[in-house]
Amino acid sequence: MSGKPKLHYFNGRGRMETIRWLLAAAGVEFEECFLESKDDLTTLQKGGFLLFQQVPMVEIDGMKMVQTRAILNYIAAKHNLYGKDLKERALIDMYVEGTTDLSELLMMYPFQPADKKEQHFATLVDKATNRYFPVYEQVLKDHGQDFLVGNQFSRADVQLLETLLMAEEYKADILAKFPLLQKFKARISNIPPIKKFLQPGSQRKPPTQEKDVPKVMKIFY
Amino acid sequence: DGVLMFQQVPMVEIDGMKMMQIRAILSYIAVKHNRYGKDLKERALTDMYVKGITDLIQIIIMFPFSPPEAKEKNLDSVKKRATNRYFPVFEKVLKQHGQDFLMSNRSSWADVQLIEAILAVEEKMPAVLSTFPQLQAFKIRMSNMPTIKKFLQPGSPRKPPPDEHYVETVLKIFKV
Repeated sequence: MSGKPKLHYFNGRGRMETIRWLLAAAGVEFEECFLESKDDLTTLQKGGFLLFQQVPMVEIDGMKMVQTRAILNYIAAKHNLYGKDLKERALIDMYVEGTTDLSELLMMYPFQPADKKEQHFATLVDKATNRYFPVYEQVLKDHGQDFLVGNQFSRADVQLLETLLMAEEYKADILAKFPLLQKFKARISNIPPIKKFLQPGSQRKPPTQEKDVPKVMKIFY
Repeated sequence: DGVLMFQQVPMVEIDGMKMMQIRAILSYIAVKHNRYGKDLKERALTDMYVKGITDLIQIIIMFPFSPPEAKEKNLDSVKKRATNRYFPVFEKVLKQHGQDFLMSNRSSWADVQLIEAILAVEEKMPAVLSTFPQLQAFKIRMSNMPTIKKFLQPGSPRKPPPDEHYVETVLKIFKV
C-alpha cells in the first residue's frame, strides 16, 4: 500500500481529468484504478466506497473523497495552490467556476445525440469566445502579471490552461482574438510539472472519441 | 454594464467585491464566518456533504421548469434521489457520531444546506422524512437555532416556494 493518491474512474477524461491536472501541477504522483464495466462501478458502490454512489473517487490521506470540487479544493489547499488569503481564494473560486462551466460544455459534446451536435458546438464556441475567454483576457490585461491571482501560480492557472487546450482541440484558432491568453498558454505550459504532464506517456488522457462513448454510457447508465 | 463577470446572476456585493458564482460566494461566506470546519480534513468533509446536497437541491430548483407531461416523473425522481441516495448518507452520519451537527458539535455550512434541502423536499413530499428519525430530530434542532428560526419566520428574506408567476418571470428575464 503506497502513500500515493489512488484515482477511481473510467480510462478517459470526464470529471477526473481536472483532478489529474491539479495533482500533476502540484508534482504529486498518483495511481489509477480504471472502471471497465458496470460491474466495476457496482462493486465500488456495494462496497460502501462511494459516499453518494458516484465517481470520481480519490483515495487520499486516509479518506475516500468524492465530489470533484471537494477533491480539487482539498488538493489545492494542501499544496498551496489556493491563494494566500480569503480574498484571493474568493477570486480563484470565481475564476475556477467559470472554467468549470466551460469545461463542462466541452466535455459533454461527444455525448450529444447526432442531431444536437451542431447546435452544441455552436453554443460552446459562442460561450467560449464571448462569455468566458474575454473575462480571463481582461484579468491578465488589467494586472499585467504572469498568473491569474496574486502574482502566484494557483489552481486557477492550471484549470484555465486545461480549458484553453481543450477548447483548441475543438477549434484550433479559438484563441485567435486573445493574445494574452495565447501568451498565458505558452507560459503555463512551460512550467516543469505541467510540461511533463503535457508530454506523451503521461497520465493525461486523450479527448473522448465517438467510439468510446458507448462503453462509457454502459458503465454509468 | 460590465458588472457581471460571466454575464450571469447570482451576484453578491460583499466586502468591496462583486462576487459571482454561487459556490464561490457560499465558500467565502462560510470561511469568513467559521462555518467551514476547523481544519483541512473537516473542510474536505464539509465540501463533500455540501456538494452532495447541492446536487439534490439542483434537481429541486429545476423541477418547476419541467414541462407538464414530465412533472410527475421528475417529482418521482426527486423523491427517489432524496430517499435512496442523499438522506440515507446523512441519517447514517448523524447516527454514527451521535452529535447534533454533521461536522461534530458546531453547526457548519453543510448543516444549513441540509436543512434547506430537507424543507424544500418536504414542500413537495410532506412525509419524506418518515423513515429518517435522525433527520427528523436534526430538522427540529436546526429550525430552533435562533438565526435559522428567525429566517423561517414570515417577513424574513427567505423566498416562498416557486409558483407559476416565478417560472414565468425567470423565463422572461433569461429569455430561455
